[in-house]
Amino acid sequence: MRPGDTELAPGPEEPDADKGQRPRRAMDRLRDATAEPPPGPFRAGWWKSPVRGPWLTSYFGSILLLGIPLMFLTGLVSYASYNPRLAGNDTTPGKGILGFYLFSWVTNPSWIYRVSQGTHVILGLTLVPIVLAKLWSVIPKLFEWPGIRSVAHSLERLSLLLLVGGAVFEFATGIADIEYYYPWKFDFYEAHLYGAWVFIVGFVVHVSLKLPTMWRSLQRYSLREIFMTPLARTRPEPGDGHGLVASQPSPPTISRRGVLGLVGGSSAAVFLLTAGGTITALRPLALLSPRARSVGTGPHPEANDFEVNRVFAATGIPVSATDDSWRLVLSGPRTVSLSRSDLMAMPLATEVLPIACVEGWSTVQTWTGVRLTDLARLAGVDHAVDVEVESLEKPGRPFRSATLASNQAGDLQTLLALCVNGEDISLDHGYPARMIVPAAPGVHCTKWVSELRFLT
Amino acid sequence: MRPATPGTDQRQRSWFRRLYGAGPAHAVLMTAGFAFAGYLLTLILGASYPGWLLLWFAGAIVLHDLVFLPLYSSLDRALTSSRQREFSSPQGPAWINHVRVPAVISGVLLLITFPLVLRLSDRAYAAASGLHESVYLVRWLLITAGVFAVSAVLYLVRRARWRRRVQ
Repeated sequence: MRPGDTELAPGPEEPDADKGQRPRRAMDRLRDATAEPPPGPFRAGWWKSPVRGPWLTSYFGSILLLGIPLMFLTGLVSYASYNPRLAGNDTTPGKGILGFYLFSWVTNPSWIYRVSQGTHVILGLTLVPIVLAKLWSVIPKLFEWPGIRSVAHSLERLSLLLLVGGAVFEFATGIADIEYYYPWKFDFYEAHLYGAWVFIVGFVVHVSLKLPTMWRSLQRYSLREIFMTPLARTRPEPGDGHGLVASQPSPPTISRRGVLGLVGGSSAAVFLLTAGGTITALRPLALLSPRARSVGTGPHPEANDFEVNRVFAATGIPVSATDDSWRLVLSGPRTVSLSRSDLMAMPLATEVLPIACVEGWSTVQTWTGVRLTDLARLAGVDHAVDVEVESLEKPGRPFRSATLASNQAGDLQTLLALCVNGEDISLDHGYPARMIVPAAPGVHCTKWVSELRFLT
Repeated sequence: MRPATPGTDQRQRSWFRRLYGAGPAHAVLMTAGFAFAGYLLTLILGASYPGWLLLWFAGAIVLHDLVFLPLYSSLDRALTSSRQREFSSPQGPAWINHVRVPAVISGVLLLITFPLVLRLSDRAYAAASGLHESVYLVRWLLITAGVFAVSAVLYLVRRARWRRRVQ
């Protein structure tokens, strides 16, 4: 490799003819002064793994090349699903140009958020072993010596801070959030949004630089070759200046197919033990899903036996606010006050709709209630408008209110639900009444509704 | 990324390359990337608790690259180097991966569930879900026991087969 050439531009085809003919530069002198690496991981002999090499790194990289963009896109979809342009809906006020949206969030198909957010969370968990393996495979690069070779090389290494920091930050905060673990003070939504953009900048830069290297390295072996090679015939990859192949490798203790099995097997275990939070067929296996557990409460526990987001006891709402004295206020051209029996006496509709949480779990139930469009007519609204839904929760509580876009409010499937699976909904699920909006994130299906404000 | 066509601007390109260390396309990519990252930094500095955000960002790198990875690789190195001879001599199938695989699976599962397993967020969890985290430690231990048991059985089967072949 020519002095000053960066990692992305090596390769056997690099002509080496003009070596030594150019005047000495500051970089060359710096290189001479630091020719001897300090002991430890900076020395080539430190890294012993006989399976580490460009092929293995590229193989993990190629999986992440598909997985990470899907994570990013489903993340953006989740942001858009909150209809951030509507008052009070955006949890990231300082978002700058990141707050762009392309469309009002859809209501059809009703499972779209369930699938997209389920993918985001389950795929994220499943990719953890692959991200770890990818990071393991390139760790010698962190200690490459000399650490500074040229401006370009230094910038590249700096961009890896965005990539690695962004990756670990996004996976760590995402996993912590679905398990309600917040060892920090920042707002999760804000942090996860900014982190995602930092990560994707590092990712785009890295892929732009490394895609040709990845493609070339993948040509070294076919997957078939890898799976036909047992431990006894496992050899280190030929070195070619990537700095990944060990110069003094230990005897192999695991074949490359063994490594793929180890990483893939870990991913499979994660998937099988967590995916049941969304994929109903896998629910019996979902032993390590934060949810997917039986939780029926109230007078009709069986009808109400599905995941709760925020139990009634944690809201601070007095039970007396939910008894017969409760009134639903409709504010529009007309102001109307309705008791629960008034609502039960209205024409009721029954819809099978999912509750899908940003945390990746979801559950499909049969809801019965009053169509929001019927309530709009009562309030004197004859066309679809945005609707602000208020709950009995104290002001300041997160998601105590949500603004539904006119297409959500005008959807015939959007209900003010009074019953689920044929029985009254429980206090934990939002008694006396809660919203069910097709395809909306769960927190926009406001519980303990007190007022509907039609924004005409 | 590198000058491909020798031509009139060859000298100019190599001048740039010598100073910068790569071609102009590389410089454009880096400028765009860092300019956008700089913009993101201004957003982060305007966020609630930017210090916590930056600390977690830097901490994520340090924790993974300088604590977590060295920890598990030295564990693996200790496990393999003490038994190095067994791998090079024909004493039957090596047991090492029958420890490695279940240990890695169990470790990864702990990594993605430790707040549940160690009940670090039980109050928030109970407020959200109406349940407690107490089940997860038992579940993780049983799963760990299960994968180690399956791995041990597979090892014994492989060993028995190998014995039969040798005799």
